[in-house]
Amino acid sequence: MPSSLLGSVPVPPSAFDGVTEALAVLVLLVVFAMLREALLRSQVRLYAFQSLAVSALAAMLGASQHAGELYALAALSFVLKVVVVPAVVLRLLAEAEVDLAGSHRFGVATAFLVGVIVSVVGFLAIGDMHFGPLAGHGLPVPALGAATATVLVSFVLVMFRADVVSQAVGFFSMENGVSVASLVVAARMPLILEVGFLFDLLVAVVAFGVLMRAHHRRAASLSTETLDQLRG
Amino acid sequence: MSAVLIAILLVPFAASVVSWWAGPRMGGLVTVISGTATFGLTLALFPSVAGDRDSASAVSALGNWLRVDSLSLVFLVATAFLYALTAIFAVGYVAADRSAGPVYIRRLYAGLNVFAWAMAMTPVVNNLGLLWVAIEVTTVVSALLVAIEGSDGAIEAAWKYILIASLGLGLSLLATAFIYHAGSFSLGSAYDLSFNNLLGAASRFPAGTVRLAYLLAVLGYGTKVGLFPVHTWLPDAHSEAPTPVSALLSGSLLATCFYAILRFFQITERSAGAGFARDVLAGFGVATLLLGALYLASQRDLKRLLAYSSIEHMGILAIGVSFASPLAVAGALLHVLAHAAAKGTSFFGAGSVARKLRTKDMDRIRAGAGLLPWTGPMLVAAVLGLSAMPPFGTFRSELAIVAGGLAGGDGANTAEQAMAAALVVLVTLAFLGLSWHITQAMLSPGTQDAPRTGSVEPAGPLEMTAVKGETSQMMVLAMVLGLIGLVVLGVHPPAQLDNLLHDAAAELGAAR
Repeated sequence: MPSSLLGSVPVPPSAFDGVTEALAVLVLLVVFAMLREALLRSQVRLYAFQSLAVSALAAMLGASQHAGELYALAALSFVLKVVVVPAVVLRLLAEAEVDLAGSHRFGVATAFLVGVIVSVVGFLAIGDMHFGPLAGHGLPVPALGAATATVLVSFVLVMFRADVVSQAVGFFSMENGVSVASLVVAARMPLILEVGFLFDLLVAVVAFGVLMRAHHRRAASLSTETLDQLRG
Repeated sequence: MSAVLIAILLVPFAASVVSWWAGPRMGGLVTVISGTATFGLTLALFPSVAGDRDSASAVSALGNWLRVDSLSLVFLVATAFLYALTAIFAVGYVAADRSAGPVYIRRLYAGLNVFAWAMAMTPVVNNLGLLWVAIEVTTVVSALLVAIEGSDGAIEAAWKYILIASLGLGLSLLATAFIYHAGSFSLGSAYDLSFNNLLGAASRFPAGTVRLAYLLAVLGYGTKVGLFPVHTWLPDAHSEAPTPVSALLSGSLLATCFYAILRFFQITERSAGAGFARDVLAGFGVATLLLGALYLASQRDLKRLLAYSSIEHMGILAIGVSFASPLAVAGALLHVLAHAAAKGTSFFGAGSVARKLRTKDMDRIRAGAGLLPWTGPMLVAAVLGLSAMPPFGTFRSELAIVAGGLAGGDGANTAEQAMAAALVVLVTLAFLGLSWHITQAMLSPGTQDAPRTGSVEPAGPLEMTAVKGETSQMMVLAMVLGLIGLVVLGVHPPAQLDNLLHDAAAELGAAR
């Protein structure tokens, strides 16, 4: 049953494949931790930890595919996503002097339940996508499933939490899910593009930071409950 | 010609740096020069790209990193034209705002130039990955521009915009990775994502992966285009942004993001077949058009009215490209240009009215045409242009889309004919909503001093400023130029433009 669920892999997985899958699942588990985390600071630290797993995955793939540019990508992703981005957001939090989000909209249990449902959908969707002919090319379908589930649970995080920090972290964590997916299916994408993507993330973080600060200045809180004037 | 291509990217960027450091007057001048120069440079590309109807050609630079073919040139022209007009308008807009401090003005000019730079870069880069990078830059810059006035509404709109658009763009990054994966079977594990590379090999890509990538790309980039159901940020951001930003958002940015979808469309059409690619666009297009047409009737805010009209027009674009007939696809591409001119001019008019009367609430605006002797009638004309009245360009483009849809690609196609009929009905509905609100506000006789009970603004400012006369000649000039462009597109588009549109339609696989 599991083999049909997660796509059939004809050859027994190598140690590299096993570690790849374990890291991808770790990235997914961290989003679940984000769903329940009430302290904003810890939310950001969880993101740093998740990014660490993504950077490790890039280094791992670099070792298994003997691709030097993947080491460079791992180093860059470590510097940006583990160090710089969390530092920027933590500084904002220090200025805002808010610790507790208290922003669970429908309760932690509901968020978890919905998260579990959408991750099952993510795994099933990828298992069903018939990447069949691709499996021979060493595509770890379970890792791709975990990446898709990460993207979907990050959406749940953005929807179920009503504070600007969790929503921004939801976006960053979704980006981590996309990174895992692109490492799994397109590891050899030219480095210049990967650098472009990371640079864009940095610019986006700055913009998120500017808007979070502007919001905090006007509303004296990081909650999004007051953002209800405009109805789309 | 490759120098022209590089100059198109250098000029707006240099302008943003200069306008950041220079004073307000200098910043305005630099922005106008940069806008006009970018438009001129874009026109200079015409002879090389669209000179000859029989052979499609392209201009490339920087070792094929930059490349403009006929499809990209259509979108580049739309952006450059509106950039030039917006620059002119912005000078008047800033001058008429006495509360604007030097910091705000510097940020606005620098931001407008960076925004235009990123939008010009989108169709010029010859790489599916860099295309994503350019569009993400437009998101970040425009979100900051939406928030630039710092009001509660502006910050709320900017937050929703950047969050929703970034999440959407995450999906399109996933789509880009999937396309890379699909290509790695025939192009090797390490290759570059340039369009000529991808399109040359696309017929050998595995169809299932490409279909998934296409769906993700339509949904992801569609978030920024304003396709239903991921359009929710759009009316808020358009109504809360300063008018020059609204004009660029609506007239250029939405279409620029649609261009990204078209690149995925090209790959999908070659790999998974044109039928699938067209059906997806048709489904999103009809739903989007329906939503836009229905919501237009119930708007009270002048700028929100125009925002919903943008959603409607993006639906028309998607439907136009989904038709197999080359006439319809060329019509849809003409619609990109005509919509840019009409929507830009309408936003300029709406911004002038809002500045004059200090309200966007259409229930409180009466006899606007009497108060603004130039802007008022021109706003009515531009909105009629949005409703596809002759002699405007939108009339010609929508006529071509409907005629192409009714004729069908090869023989009778009942689904396309039904969709063309639905298009006519929904566009008529949109026309009723738009023209009802605008004629009420601009042409109906009435007194200005009758605000509704419960309205937020006091009656004072309306009476005080309700003196006949224009606020700024520059704002009027931008509208005049926009209307001229719109009429030229409708009455007699230049022959080279016609060639360009047909080349681009052929690149999209029309009637293949």
